[in-house]
Amino acid sequence: MTQNRPFRLPKGGRLIDRAYQLPFRFDGRHLRGLQGDTLASALLANGQMMMGRSFKYHRPRGPVASGAEEPNALFGLGQGGRFEPNQRGTTTVLETGMVLRSQNCWPSLDADLGEINNWLSPFFPAGFYYKTFIHPRPFWKHVFEPIIRRSAGLGRAPTDPDPDRYEQAYDFADVVVVGGGIAGLTAALAAAKGRTRVLVLEQSGHWGGRTPVDHKGGQAQIDALLDELRAKKNVTLRRNTMATGLYDHGYLLAREALADHDPNLGIPRQRLWRIRAGQVITATGALERPLSFACNDVPGVMLASAVRDFIVDFGVAPGQRIVVVTNNDDAYRTALTALDAGLEVSAVIDARPEADGELVQVVRARNIPVLTGTAIAKVKGSRQVEGVAICDQSGDGTITGGIDCDVVAMSGGWSPVVHLYSHCGGKLIWDEAQAMFRPDPNRPPLGADGQGNVTATGAAKGDLTCAGDLERPEGATMPVWVMPAQAPYKLRSKMWLDFQNDVKVSDVELAAREGYASVEHTKRYTTLGMATDQGKVSNINGLAVLSGALNQPIPATGTTTFRPPYTPLTLATIAAEARGDAFQPLRKTPMHTWHNLNGAHWEPVGHWRRPYCYLHAGEDAHTAVAREVLAVRNGVGTLDASTLGKIIVKGPDAGRFLDMLYTGMMSTLPVGKCRYGLMCNENGFLSDDGVVARLSDDTWLCHTTTGGADRIHGHMEDWLQCEWWDWQVYTANVTEQYAQIAVAGPKARELLQRLPGTIDLSPEALPFMTWAEGELAGIPARIYRISFSGELSFEIAVPAGRGLELWEALHHAGRDLGIVPYGTEAMHIMRAEKGFIMIGDETDGTVIPQDLGLNWAISKKKPDYIGKRAQARSHMTDGNRWRLVGLESLDGRMIPDGAYAVDQGLNANGQRVVQGRVTSTYHSPTLGRPIAMGLIRHGPERMGQVLDFPTPAGETIRARIVDPVFYDKDGGRLNA
Amino acid sequence: MPEALATIAPVAGLGMITIRANLSRAGDAIAEASGLPIPEATRITTDGSRSLGWMSPDELLLLLPAAETAEALTALTNALAGEHALVADVSDLRAVFDVTGPKVQQVLQKLSPTDFAAFPKDGLRRTRAAQVAVAFWRQGKGFRVIGMRSTGDYLRLILENATIPGSDLEPR
Repeated sequence: MTQNRPFRLPKGGRLIDRAYQLPFRFDGRHLRGLQGDTLASALLANGQMMMGRSFKYHRPRGPVASGAEEPNALFGLGQGGRFEPNQRGTTTVLETGMVLRSQNCWPSLDADLGEINNWLSPFFPAGFYYKTFIHPRPFWKHVFEPIIRRSAGLGRAPTDPDPDRYEQAYDFADVVVVGGGIAGLTAALAAAKGRTRVLVLEQSGHWGGRTPVDHKGGQAQIDALLDELRAKKNVTLRRNTMATGLYDHGYLLAREALADHDPNLGIPRQRLWRIRAGQVITATGALERPLSFACNDVPGVMLASAVRDFIVDFGVAPGQRIVVVTNNDDAYRTALTALDAGLEVSAVIDARPEADGELVQVVRARNIPVLTGTAIAKVKGSRQVEGVAICDQSGDGTITGGIDCDVVAMSGGWSPVVHLYSHCGGKLIWDEAQAMFRPDPNRPPLGADGQGNVTATGAAKGDLTCAGDLERPEGATMPVWVMPAQAPYKLRSKMWLDFQNDVKVSDVELAAREGYASVEHTKRYTTLGMATDQGKVSNINGLAVLSGALNQPIPATGTTTFRPPYTPLTLATIAAEARGDAFQPLRKTPMHTWHNLNGAHWEPVGHWRRPYCYLHAGEDAHTAVAREVLAVRNGVGTLDASTLGKIIVKGPDAGRFLDMLYTGMMSTLPVGKCRYGLMCNENGFLSDDGVVARLSDDTWLCHTTTGGADRIHGHMEDWLQCEWWDWQVYTANVTEQYAQIAVAGPKARELLQRLPGTIDLSPEALPFMTWAEGELAGIPARIYRISFSGELSFEIAVPAGRGLELWEALHHAGRDLGIVPYGTEAMHIMRAEKGFIMIGDETDGTVIPQDLGLNWAISKKKPDYIGKRAQARSHMTDGNRWRLVGLESLDGRMIPDGAYAVDQGLNANGQRVVQGRVTSTYHSPTLGRPIAMGLIRHGPERMGQVLDFPTPAGETIRARIVDPVFYDKDGGRLNA
Repeated sequence: MPEALATIAPVAGLGMITIRANLSRAGDAIAEASGLPIPEATRITTDGSRSLGWMSPDELLLLLPAAETAEALTALTNALAGEHALVADVSDLRAVFDVTGPKVQQVLQKLSPTDFAAFPKDGLRRTRAAQVAVAFWRQGKGFRVIGMRSTGDYLRLILENATIPGSDLEPR
């Protein structure tokens, strides 16, 4: 297809530097472009017009546009971890050594087997996929779904991790101007009065938008504006920054490309700006619309503005003989630009019956035939434009002549870029005269004060004269949605609306005939505008065709929803710093490093990492856990309990407050003593548990579960600030102030007494459920005599910074006692052996303390506590509620966690009736057999009965209902 | 070769005391015991050695050399005797970093939704850095950043990530 002729013009190209040639590869071929080229301009300069294939029919595709709206020129860019699919050739700047691959073709762009879909296209009309769901049914599962899945998606997903860095940053501005063209820069200057902070964002690397291309002296105008703006301290001009979405309260997201051009710079590749804007001015310009004529998708058919962009910006001739086809005056600029560049303009085909604007006259004066009232009947050529057949615009496509050409420059008028304006609620109006949807200034997006906070300006507002080219007044645009007007089906089925997804005029009309009256439904049925370009060139033409098919005015059809991002945003930019070690904040206790060095097998508990067990060489976790349990039961062990929540509650009303929070009585707890407490939510369900210590007359310390610390502190503050605001209570969450170490086992006291200290640890001085303060091993410490293991146990709280010191002192002193560190799993097993409940195991948000036999921890004397009223509801007092029991399997097999105890019969859904479930199940190293707890209907009254627990493997494990306390029922060890 | 935007240095030897009280009633007593004026809302007062930060309408944070903590605790507790108040030593509860360097503000701007143009010289801002809660204020030529102790490693990592040479926020 590459032809031998100069594609790079001898002069011109305002964005390129001819001194620097950049080698790159396209589908394995070695090519050269120039510094400043885009991928598309570099390929065109090499005579490569065909750049990819369409999604559905695999038709050859060349570039249609020259900017962010481009639907066709998409490439797989880069290699390995830096491979990215669907990179837009018209906006991606060429760099030395780039590796480009064409997409959606196999084995190659030129010889693509998928092209067979094109010849089968009569069998793949709009809604084809949906119809496969319906009929014939088995075909979907066995034929269509596998095929569609394999061919789904444009471009290939990268397989390697992205090696680059990304970051976010926050910014604030009084006025954010989106778009660095003449309208945006003019608006920025007007806004930059006084100390108003103005931020201007331009998606490309160049200021000025279309002005330097379309208007003589345009660049000078832009440069003058930039000079003025740069002199102002309160104005920030940011290039390569694309505003991707606008959200409530002026929250604007923008993506700045920092090192896309050179990922090896070592700086973040892209940055996501999170901007809070007082006012947003959208100066986002307008996008040119294609015209719908037959075979308007053949490579070489381009938007008229794109043709002149390639000539002016890059000194590239998309072709040598150009035909312009238009319904407006603006496209005549392309004819003039081409002529000035020494290219041939065969004719201007103008669908309007008459054309007499200034630009038209200038073109006529240069002896270019202007064919008014004329249309393109059909483009000739398959992989490259070879010519056009022409006909009357008002007719049925009867051919009246032909013109040879290699490029068709088309213009169907302009559509303002209304995306940002629409993202958060701005409304559009249909402008009949200009044939465009434009922002309705009376219905803008609203800010917190109910006033509009977004204003459109320039072409984005629908003002196409903004560049001030008034010396050449333009004639009116004539809406042309189908060319020619009476085109028969044969032509309409070759008129492309959506080039990437292969949606044609006939598809939208079919959707209308099949009852899809809503534009949103038609979009989904036909996939119009659902490709990676989000319908930037197809949307308006598509809804105009739908309106025609439905015989209703365009505003009655309306637009589809404009959603962020404006152009695709890579996920890595959204994730930014949150990857690798910074993916999520890990909470580490003061002894974290010690655990790591001593074989910790980690378990995530909220954001904390806690040792599940400590692996010795050659041990698996199960063995290690059993060893740890037995070591504690027979000697002594230490558990890092620093993660448990610790909240100080102080004040004249603190006792009264805690009596409301806990089901039990905390106000009567004597100073120096500890009491186990349960907290319920307002619905009566058990929410958290822990030991409360009374520190002084007006001060209590509440321990919470590891996961409950922040939640319970918030719960306390919620009640204090919103409900009992006049109660005198202060709280402080001091969880992280202390390292807390549980020392448990029959030798715990012996171990502690070996350390120098000021605290009397004797059973008489420090009995079970008391605490004392003093020094231990030279460290200020508070020792709580509490136990979650059922053994003699002390929990020692010291300042966090000295936790490791104490931990090491304990292990040093206890070496000959066989001291072990034990993890969460050993702790869980030991508490289960004692029948202690665990929040999150025995509770799941639907369990009340009464279900768990914890009535002893519920005060009968108190008039109220949070949850009390709810627990009196009939459902809560129902004797049929499932209640806690122990379960002992008959044959020594472990019952799976969560297993259901089945009952007779089936329920209304045909499921087996159940009468309970397992909440905790372990192999007990202490007892040498499995133990379990569960919630069973009438459980405590059914001691000794045997239940069936079917397993997923289809077996049934039989288990006897027993007392949940499997170990040391009288508590002799714990009280030792 | 561009230099890092800032340097991150952990700070040790700092004592911290949390004070909760009715500031309009107990303010004078706290000021006398701490030796510092009570800060306005969202501000911090300092004498160069000690600082007193506003944390919420009824909460202050006193920062001081660790060696003075015990004495200050006693002084505050005594000063607030008879007043409904909570005074607690929280010296070990936080991780503290000093961020200094030519573009220190930009480092924080990458992590925290803070409008530095509207941030007063004596401001104390409770906010977040990426995914964790932090507070910061100006300290010398840079900023002092405090976060929770348990996520200190994370905080240091994201601060350092934000200082990459060449990653400044100036328009380019």
